[in-house]
Amino acid sequence: MTGVIASLIDGVLVGAVYGLAAMGLTLIWGVMNVINLTHGAMIVLGMFALYFLASALGLPPYGAVPVSIVIGFVVGVVVYWIAVHRVIGRTHLMALLSTFAMNMVLIGLGTALFSTSPYNVPVALPGITWREYTFTGTHVVAAALALLIAGLLYLLLHRTRIGKAIRAVADNREAAELNGIPTTQVLSFAFGLGVALAAVSGTLIATLFPFNVLSGGAYEVKSFVVTVLGGMGNPAGALMGGVALGLIEGAATPFMPVSWTPVIEFVLFVAVLIMFPRGVFAFTRS
Amino acid sequence: MTAQELSPSLCPSETEAAAQQPAEHRRAPLWRRPFTWLIVLVGLAFALLPAWGDNVQLRESLSLAAVYITLASSLNIMLGYSGYVNFGNIVFFGLGGYICVYLVSEWLWPLVAAALVAGVAVSLLALIFGLGILRLRGAFFALATIGVNEAVKAFVSNFEPWGGATGIYLSLDVYQPLGGPAQALWIVHFLIVAVMTASLFLSYVIKSSKFGLGLLAIGENEDAAAVLGVHTPRYKAFAYSASAFLPAIVGGLFFFKSGIIEPGGAFDLTGSIETIVMVMLGGLGTVTGAALGASFYEELRGVLLTTEALSHFQLVIAGVLLLAIVLFAPGGLMGFIYRRWPRMRRLLE
Repeated sequence: MTGVIASLIDGVLVGAVYGLAAMGLTLIWGVMNVINLTHGAMIVLGMFALYFLASALGLPPYGAVPVSIVIGFVVGVVVYWIAVHRVIGRTHLMALLSTFAMNMVLIGLGTALFSTSPYNVPVALPGITWREYTFTGTHVVAAALALLIAGLLYLLLHRTRIGKAIRAVADNREAAELNGIPTTQVLSFAFGLGVALAAVSGTLIATLFPFNVLSGGAYEVKSFVVTVLGGMGNPAGALMGGVALGLIEGAATPFMPVSWTPVIEFVLFVAVLIMFPRGVFAFTRS
Repeated sequence: MTAQELSPSLCPSETEAAAQQPAEHRRAPLWRRPFTWLIVLVGLAFALLPAWGDNVQLRESLSLAAVYITLASSLNIMLGYSGYVNFGNIVFFGLGGYICVYLVSEWLWPLVAAALVAGVAVSLLALIFGLGILRLRGAFFALATIGVNEAVKAFVSNFEPWGGATGIYLSLDVYQPLGGPAQALWIVHFLIVAVMTASLFLSYVIKSSKFGLGLLAIGENEDAAAVLGVHTPRYKAFAYSASAFLPAIVGGLFFFKSGIIEPGGAFDLTGSIETIVMVMLGGLGTVTGAALGASFYEELRGVLLTTEALSHFQLVIAGVLLLAIVLFAPGGLMGFIYRRWPRMRRLLE
């Protein structure tokens, strides 16, 4: 029983990081109705940012967190202008294909540069013991940082001018444009923000588990599941969806081999989309 | 977009076209249309060119092209006609391969029967599955198909009767009924070419049928199509199932030829991606385009893999190609041909 409870709590901790990743995906969808299929590649970007900053340059691992937010933002804005700008307003098919193509380019470059061998960034933190349970220090810190960044995102969206503009564009782009908001710039900013969230969640994930160039795919699928759990376009729901997915994984881990995880996630994904097309946590939408 | 933008050759509904146009424009029966004979001609060329002169290298290259054409024109039924992206189309190929190889190696079935059963089984599975996930619209369906591939791969990797993660190796004995390995390779080549020809026919027949018209309508505007009486969930599920049948068969033949099947190779997401590139390259929603795109990509891939400097960048180049097509030339090769020579619209579907 102790094992199950520990596994559940650990699931929640990791789930908060999944939630952070999904917030990036759901933000982009909510603002510009584009499913960002470069999401997985951006998570990998964050992972390798940690690897180079921590292992090669000798920065403290958590010092890489703000850096990867900046890198993610810049890469996101560039990708927006290359692959997304021209397909906004066209059919979903085109947006899916163009971000997918971008993903292929990024993953292809990554594979050519780093091959697909596994990388690991050791982060030395003491475990935290509470009664008879011991939690890995990195998991606790990652969850705390994920919550912190989610809180900062909330402040950005609700307390700043650019945040207000983003929400206005998400609501009605034409009306926002008529009110003098430079919507194209706002869209590129929002895309950069979404990618920055993906990258920083990748950095956090890399402090927990070993990774390689292709790891992004698995976390991308998780992000999709979390996104539909939380309701598409709803960042607060995404965080709750992440915790929910973490709980489910935590509950399943003691009972079945890890290789079955994608099957569970996929079934969950389709079931939620069919039964709750607006998300399980959709009620939190403001 | 309205019906005006669909040229007559794109919406060949028998009754409507006949009512509006003079009698000579009515569609001839299938066997009297030039395009039908073009397909037959291509099939014959693929089969006979390597046989004439016993050219093994050409045979291998054409076999691969035929596999690609089958995959591309089947994907085109979903992607091109109904506008639904299927990121997991390689699942059909892999699953068909597994069923066929399993039947041949464990139950000692003859190849043709095993491949046919694989095709029927996979398309039934796709139908049942499609009725479920095709309730998802547009982008959500696309996301689900990424999951399908991962889920099926995870399932097969854990499924012991199919060898789990190591897969199934065929012993040389299975080639004996076809007259030894050397002759078996030729027979399999002819079978693959036959399946390719069938796939071109299938996508042509679907395109010029009422069913195809319904799919095109879904691609234009799903709500409008539903209002006009197209039973959209059923149409989409049938299209999904139809696009599964021939890839499954060709998968069976392909992996029989390779002699080994394992989850990584059978459900390689790259395969799905490449198929999408082929369809976009040739021209979305055109039968000729899918075939041209597949052949062109097969050549390109050969060049990329054999050129030392480029072999690591195959995915990158395919990605750049796809991006360029989506952004700048969404009509693909056929879009260019149709603009340049408008008469070609009547000849090449």
